[in-house]
Amino acid sequence: MYKIIKKRVLNEAGTTLEMVVEAPLVARRCLAGQFIILRLDEFGERVPLTIADYDREKGTVTIMFQPVGRSTQMLAELDEGDSILDFVGPLGKPTHIEGLKRAAVVGGGVGCAIAYPVAKAMHAKGIEVDMIAGFRSKNIVMLEDEMRANSTNLYITTDDGSYGKKGFVTDRLKELIEAGREYDEVVAIGPGVMMKYISLATKPYGIKTVVSLNPIMIDGTGMCGGCRVSVGGETKFACVDGPEFDGHLVDWDELLRRGAFYKEEEAAQKEHICRLTGGVRHA
Amino acid sequence: MPDMSPIKNPMPEQEPEVRNKNFLEVAKGYAADMAKSEAARCLNCKNKPCVSGCPVNVRIPEFIARIAEGKFEQAYQIISSTNSLPAVCGRVCPQESQCEGKCVRGIKGEPVAVGRLERFAADFHRENSSKIAESVKKPETNGHKVAVVGSGPAGLTCAGDLARLGYEVTVFEAFHKAGGVLVYGIPEFRLPKAIVQDEINKLMESGVKIVTNAIVGRAISVDELFGEGFEAVFIGSGAGLPQFMNIPGENLLGVYSANEYLTRINLMKAYLTEYDTPIKRAKRVAVVGGGNVAMDAARCAKRMGADEVYIVYRRSLEELPARREEVHHAQEEGIVFKLLNNPVAVLGNEEGYVRGLECLRMELGEPDDSGRRRPVEIKGSNFVLDVDAVIMAIGTSPNPLIKSTTEGLEANRRGCIIADENGATSKKGVFAGGDAVTGAATVILAMGAGKKAAESIDKYLMSK
Repeated sequence: MYKIIKKRVLNEAGTTLEMVVEAPLVARRCLAGQFIILRLDEFGERVPLTIADYDREKGTVTIMFQPVGRSTQMLAELDEGDSILDFVGPLGKPTHIEGLKRAAVVGGGVGCAIAYPVAKAMHAKGIEVDMIAGFRSKNIVMLEDEMRANSTNLYITTDDGSYGKKGFVTDRLKELIEAGREYDEVVAIGPGVMMKYISLATKPYGIKTVVSLNPIMIDGTGMCGGCRVSVGGETKFACVDGPEFDGHLVDWDELLRRGAFYKEEEAAQKEHICRLTGGVRHA
Repeated sequence: MPDMSPIKNPMPEQEPEVRNKNFLEVAKGYAADMAKSEAARCLNCKNKPCVSGCPVNVRIPEFIARIAEGKFEQAYQIISSTNSLPAVCGRVCPQESQCEGKCVRGIKGEPVAVGRLERFAADFHRENSSKIAESVKKPETNGHKVAVVGSGPAGLTCAGDLARLGYEVTVFEAFHKAGGVLVYGIPEFRLPKAIVQDEINKLMESGVKIVTNAIVGRAISVDELFGEGFEAVFIGSGAGLPQFMNIPGENLLGVYSANEYLTRINLMKAYLTEYDTPIKRAKRVAVVGGGNVAMDAARCAKRMGADEVYIVYRRSLEELPARREEVHHAQEEGIVFKLLNNPVAVLGNEEGYVRGLECLRMELGEPDDSGRRRPVEIKGSNFVLDVDAVIMAIGTSPNPLIKSTTEGLEANRRGCIIADENGATSKKGVFAGGDAVTGAATVILAMGAGKKAAESIDKYLMSK
């Protein structure tokens, strides 16, 4: 069992949560860019979530998530002191930040939770980081102070203009590039569609673009092959070959299709979350 | 006088049309009188060819003699003195090519049903052990710590044998549940998971520690295990990496590796409504491959409600690598064998879902390196099998995670860890066995390798 040490709501609308979980075996070696898989209880799915932060001494790992599907909604029902049945990692390859001088890190919505630790790792290495964080609206803006403290410049955009600059992160990034900002690398983390358009936007400029993919998977160790993605015409397993890939080489349409494979089943499942017993079911 | 009946006592089974709609065990097991009657067929030969056919050298005639006498618990004790997973082996071993393949009775008629008798003794013990009030003896510790990586058949056997010798054994498992292929791969209807759990519980009672959710190679390296005080490491991480055919359309929606399909059903219990695991209820399914895994996947697909399930295999019935019994069971359950057909592309509709599997007909030519007749394409014979799901069951290879994170551990070009006949690898104190060394093989061969490695580890640590 893995105990939840801390739980925090990250934005005004309460759509994104942070949990600090006691998982010493994960915390001892994990790095930015890697992920964990958790299983809430005996009946639960194995849910992959990117590691947002960690504390090696305390043996804790931080995850941030948006309760969207059944499993994450049930996870959100848990409180400090409750436990998660399974929590395994670190999985995947860590982010490569060696040799960079100037980078743009782009986060979309809950993706900022994963983009921010990348910016933090870069910033700590003395890399000049422009952090571009996009949200639908002001009430879901999160981690503003953290992102500001761990980047050279922070640019916030909202789709409806209720906070920061109105528009999409893609537009903001293009503006910065057009204004003469030079980047060795762009890192984009967020919904598949956002990563696709960021990749399309940077391609004409020839800026290397790294994306962090989160496809459907079971084990996270290369065993099921469910997470396969086409990258430059080759099939890769996101769990072991990734999760980070060259955004210019990813077959986005295939990725988006595969990600929606169980959409109907997920919608049906969400109907049945017990408000009485909360998150955990007993076997 | 032995019973000279030329045929085995038949195994009671669920009717095909009933069982292909449920996940309950197909073979129901012998009743006591059947077991005694079958045991009476054993000639108790002097030179015991059956024992030499068993990778873990179960003392077969001895235990069979006890069954004939009605001393079922004693029979179990004889089996379990060399085999840590009797209830598993009695069900999934390919006895026809091992113990039973060597049985003298098989020369004229059917061999003694060693597997069924082994299962009977193990099931008898499990159902009656609480009454016998026997507690597993925890051997006195010798103070030496050994780490076992992977809790499949190789790892569990190695752990069990070492624990019996007094070693403090810790097994590291990447999944949330111990058992490896016994829990994620082999379906419930062939090997009930409660039985696997029971065998694992016995190991834990004998002192073996099992740490789940622990990925050696990521969370902790083999070298770090030595740093933690383990004096030897056994790697039994299996062959978990699924292979695909590299034909067009393999990433379409509805194409699964057999690993994924079976894991969703067996480990993640997608067939039980109280579990959250999603799975598509495909109506027409093609399973590509001809091994036991292909049979398992096809039979699962049928049970998940498919109207038509095809086995698509490029050679003929004779070359099918699956056990005869599995092929027979699959045929009985209505699986259609599309033999001498080779898939060339998976076809999709506009939304990216599988709509068919394009195949080429084959004919058998001259024998190849494996001694089997090589399938040769018949040009222009393409046709489309109308399916909405394709399951690739064409083999697996060892996971590179441990090899790539352990300095000094050598592997061959197929990614298999190189180990000698005693399980010793190129790295001092590191032993390996099972599918991680041989590539995908059988449960019992992995157990044999785990057993051999346990002996080697004992010798190595005692001479240190």
